[in-house]
Amino acid sequence: MCGAPKQGGSLAGIDLSTQTVIQGSVWHDGAPVAGAYVRLLDSTDEFTAEVVTTPEGEFRFFAAPGAWKVRSLAAVGKGERVVDAELGLNETTIVID
Amino acid sequence: MSRNDVLVTADWVQDNLGTPGIVFVEVDEDTSAYDGGHIEGAVKLDWKQDLQDPLRRDYLDKSAFEALLSAKGISNDDTVILYGGNNNWFAAYAYWYFKIYGHQSVKLMDGGRKKWELDGRPLSKDVVDRPATRYVASEPDLSIRAFRDEVVAAIGSKNLVDVRSPDEFSGKILAPAHLPQEQSQRAGHVPTAINIPWSKAANEDGTFKSDEQLAALYAEQGYDENRPTIAYCRIGERSSHTWFVLRELLGKTDVKNYDGSWVEYGSLVGVPIEK
Repeated sequence: MCGAPKQGGSLAGIDLSTQTVIQGSVWHDGAPVAGAYVRLLDSTDEFTAEVVTTPEGEFRFFAAPGAWKVRSLAAVGKGERVVDAELGLNETTIVID
Repeated sequence: MSRNDVLVTADWVQDNLGTPGIVFVEVDEDTSAYDGGHIEGAVKLDWKQDLQDPLRRDYLDKSAFEALLSAKGISNDDTVILYGGNNNWFAAYAYWYFKIYGHQSVKLMDGGRKKWELDGRPLSKDVVDRPATRYVASEPDLSIRAFRDEVVAAIGSKNLVDVRSPDEFSGKILAPAHLPQEQSQRAGHVPTAINIPWSKAANEDGTFKSDEQLAALYAEQGYDENRPTIAYCRIGERSSHTWFVLRELLGKTDVKNYDGSWVEYGSLVGVPIEK
């Protein structure tokens, strides 16, 4: 299905030997940002997916190995990180200034 | 058909809350969003629970659609305003669906839930209870729905618009990247399809780009004005978004949504695939 599953939390049931997981959290002013929109952009900056952060500010994508950009859009502002993902778990934190 | 006939702004919605004859409907796959707060008075439609046949892979038949809308308290002469998460993907799917069954007045709220939230507009947790109606649907209008044989026959002759992300189009990934990559179908795209991702038609806040920007986008990407068009994605909801842009905003004729999309096509035995 194309709706985003529940974000964050445990990695139970996710096969990290076949999946390239990019996950992390969005922070602003020393606190996690709930309900932020986080989008995954490919190496040409094209939209690939978008999720909404959990009450703990967490997000998760299932991508493929390679270069990606994660960009967060929230009422408090925008933040961005580049991730060079490998097979397995890739973690990052986006800080909105 | 102009933009004002098919689209309303968040401002318009806020000004028309509680207006008799207007029903706001939130359409999501993950309805926990609605349960956590929705536009005041809006009823919810769950894309999977409410809008899909529980047994076969298909949308609801006419009588089931009538029963659903009747139970939700929607009348034939109500103006239905749809909005939802995922940049209005599922709301656009519902729009296409309401058109299939001949609803007269249906519009999308530009930007959907995201725009509403980013604007900091109010959300309500009140339970919405509308009295039941007796909704009567028309026979399905299949002039806006494409089936698999038609897609195969369209190779090389119609505009086949694959609206998935470039990495799904090329077969690098099999599903949008918020989902585990475990689908069983083959990766790739329908031969001769052009890849115009749905996201190119939207701004970052989920609103649609201007008519001028949209017209330029499809022209640049090799869209042939003289050919009929079939749009597809993975399960038919992102392609509803593009179907809405092409037919409802840009006024192109003979545009169909292939809701079987890649989940069906990529599983068919013997059909041609390109990567």
